[in-house]
Amino acid sequence: MSSRFPSRRRALVVALALVAGLGCERETRRFREVPPTAMPDASLRLSSINPGPPVPDVPSRSGYVENAYAVSEGKRLFAQFNCVGCHAQGGGAMGPPLMDDEWIYGAEPQNIFATIVQGRPNGMPAYGPRLATSQVWQLAAYIRSMSGRVRKDVAPGRADAMQATAQEQATTEQRPVESTTPPNSERP
Amino acid sequence: MQFPGEHSAHGPAGPQALLLDRLGDLLYGIAAVVFVLVVTALLVAAFRRRPNGEGMDDPARERRMAMAVASAAGATVATLVAVLFLSFGSGKRLTGTPPPDAIQIRVTGRQWFWDVEYRDSLPSRWATTANEIHVPVGRPVVFQLRSTDVIHSFWVPNLGVKRDMIPGQETSIWFQADTPGVYRGQCAEFCGYQHAKMSFLVVAEPPDRFAVWLDRQRDTARTPTDSLARRGQEVFLASTCVMCHAIQGTPAGSRVGPNLTHLASRRTIAAGTLPNTRGHLAGWIIDPQQIKPGVRMPPNALAPDDLQALLAYLESLR
Repeated sequence: MSSRFPSRRRALVVALALVAGLGCERETRRFREVPPTAMPDASLRLSSINPGPPVPDVPSRSGYVENAYAVSEGKRLFAQFNCVGCHAQGGGAMGPPLMDDEWIYGAEPQNIFATIVQGRPNGMPAYGPRLATSQVWQLAAYIRSMSGRVRKDVAPGRADAMQATAQEQATTEQRPVESTTPPNSERP
Repeated sequence: MQFPGEHSAHGPAGPQALLLDRLGDLLYGIAAVVFVLVVTALLVAAFRRRPNGEGMDDPARERRMAMAVASAAGATVATLVAVLFLSFGSGKRLTGTPPPDAIQIRVTGRQWFWDVEYRDSLPSRWATTANEIHVPVGRPVVFQLRSTDVIHSFWVPNLGVKRDMIPGQETSIWFQADTPGVYRGQCAEFCGYQHAKMSFLVVAEPPDRFAVWLDRQRDTARTPTDSLARRGQEVFLASTCVMCHAIQGTPAGSRVGPNLTHLASRRTIAAGTLPNTRGHLAGWIIDPQQIKPGVRMPPNALAPDDLQALLAYLESLR
């Protein structure tokens, strides 16, 4: 009788350890970018409205948008490709700020993707032919993280480099404002 | 072409490497002698006939035992101190101040390649290359080592130099190559996913050939003359390449990836991963992630015609 109870408790401990171990699975990191075809990204949809029956989510972006590795790669590219030249570290300068709630051309990942690829009036160049699709998605993932709109476990707790101010990815979530008029930062 | 992919710390090609190699051989010899003595003593002790407890309290025997232990301990201390001084002396000779006539080369470790800069009092005479370091034979060379991301380590086994490259802190080391040849170097501090494929070549050549090479590297890239290569240049400047790579003499000036100004003069691509041939280059451009998964270079979607033109252009960058 006396040995039954400890064995059950032991089984419970093992089960709990298993649950804890399996529950700790981290997101999968994409170690290898799949080579794109020479065709543009045909699956890019900018709105939820589409003809015919509902279509599943865009597959090409699913590996990037809520992915910590993609967010950190996007941060690296953001500096190396000199996005900081106009947008600063998200606070905006010549270009509009990216860490606030005002979005002129849409706040969804696919909107940000299209903005980078196609360019926008008043100064945003079209980077379409000069960036690989994977890089644009990584940039879009990082840009979303600047307004605090990625999961807490995706945004890094601190920056790799020393920063004098709080890091831009620690912004509290900025819910995008839906507006048809240009935001304050874009008005003359 | 033979792909130079071997390195050995036992093939010294310069005075520093020779010093280290000799020190290593000496330590090995000392360790071998000590090992043989210890094992012999152990075997003798194990197989000696033991009289059954008789004479164990003999004071003369006790004195002999004490003498044996003391002299063994003394010999050990003496050997260790001798080795300490040998090692310290060699280290001092290795890391001492370089001679004033040394050539200065600045090497920056990046994930996962080596940026190499030959500086000059005139900035217009600076030469930038990557993953291949040419040095003249018989002249000391000082390496200024730095890193922009994580800690790397600069190591050329045949030349006996190894020094960590630490972000935000410049370190330096110097060596001299006495035997002409191509020596492989390798990152010796784990620096991420492609640490193993972060190697480079040191080409030690006679001073006159080195001077010719350096003059060529200082030049801007030649403007292509044939139409295919000209089209290739347009492809380069209008596609993903231009975002990361620089070619002096063209508008491409980004410093994210390796400098490609004289790409065709190098023996390898992708930091010593592949020989620099047209086929390898094409495979690398289209899908570098297959060859070096996780590398910073993305797969590039180029139409076949564009790719052929681009290859013709890159091969013209001698």
